[in-house]
Amino acid sequence: MTAQAQQAQDKPVTDRIETRVEVNAPRSRVWRAVSTAKEFGTWFGAELDGEFAAGATVRGRITSKGYEHLTLDLAVERVEPEHYFSYRWHPYAIDPKVDYSAESRTLVEFRLAELAGGKGTAVTIVESGFDRIPLARRAEAYRMNDKGWAGQTKKLAAYVA
Amino acid sequence: MSPSRAAAARKLPDAAPVFAALGDTTRLGLLGRLSADGPLSISHLSEGTGVTRQAITRHLDALEKVGLVQDARRGRERIFSLDAKRLEIARQYLDHVAAQWNAAAARLKAFVEDDHRA
Repeated sequence: MTAQAQQAQDKPVTDRIETRVEVNAPRSRVWRAVSTAKEFGTWFGAELDGEFAAGATVRGRITSKGYEHLTLDLAVERVEPEHYFSYRWHPYAIDPKVDYSAESRTLVEFRLAELAGGKGTAVTIVESGFDRIPLARRAEAYRMNDKGWAGQTKKLAAYVA
Repeated sequence: MSPSRAAAARKLPDAAPVFAALGDTTRLGLLGRLSADGPLSISHLSEGTGVTRQAITRHLDALEKVGLVQDARRGRERIFSLDAKRLEIARQYLDHVAAQWNAAAARLKAFVEDDHRA
């Protein structure tokens, strides 16, 4: 059995997402963008206080228009220079009236790998642990996001294009 | 590759984790049967699968644990049915999270590449 098939058997079916992007830049440059709080905040859309280090909790505020009232806490877990960076957070904690602190957090992992022939860097982002997030919360997040995110996504698409 | 195939391939990274998680053929088959024919007993679900009743029960228990199926007793039998609503919510939420990360990954790429060229 392949590792992936094994994982499919062991993991609950709605527990994780994975996304991958190829960046036309050296791994050291991508690592800086992922692993330093200031640069992370710039592309992610948040203003973060403090520096990323294993065991540190970095607090911040969302800077995306319409979401400025939201804060986020990143609890950094593991830092392996130029290879791996991970943190835990409350996913889509989008209702400022709700105290999410008693709920499970998801794990976000960044993995960097050099592309063959020096063609850049592959970044794999995995977020897992969704099955421990109450279903009601997931349903609510979807409902609330559905109103707010549609316009946001269009803007991003226009920005990136 | 046709344009529609190419578009589908580009969308694959969103869908891949969902399908990878459902990639266990026995579980996928069970969900499929319950979706088409359910509710069904364990005996019915085991028929023609070439998998033991015990193994089917374990798969059903695993599916039940995450709320994708539910069971009810009828005499000595356990009758399983699909909890379609839960699957739908969980998948929509996951698709949504995946879309957010795809957008964030695109911003990361743009940020680094603009900076790199400068």
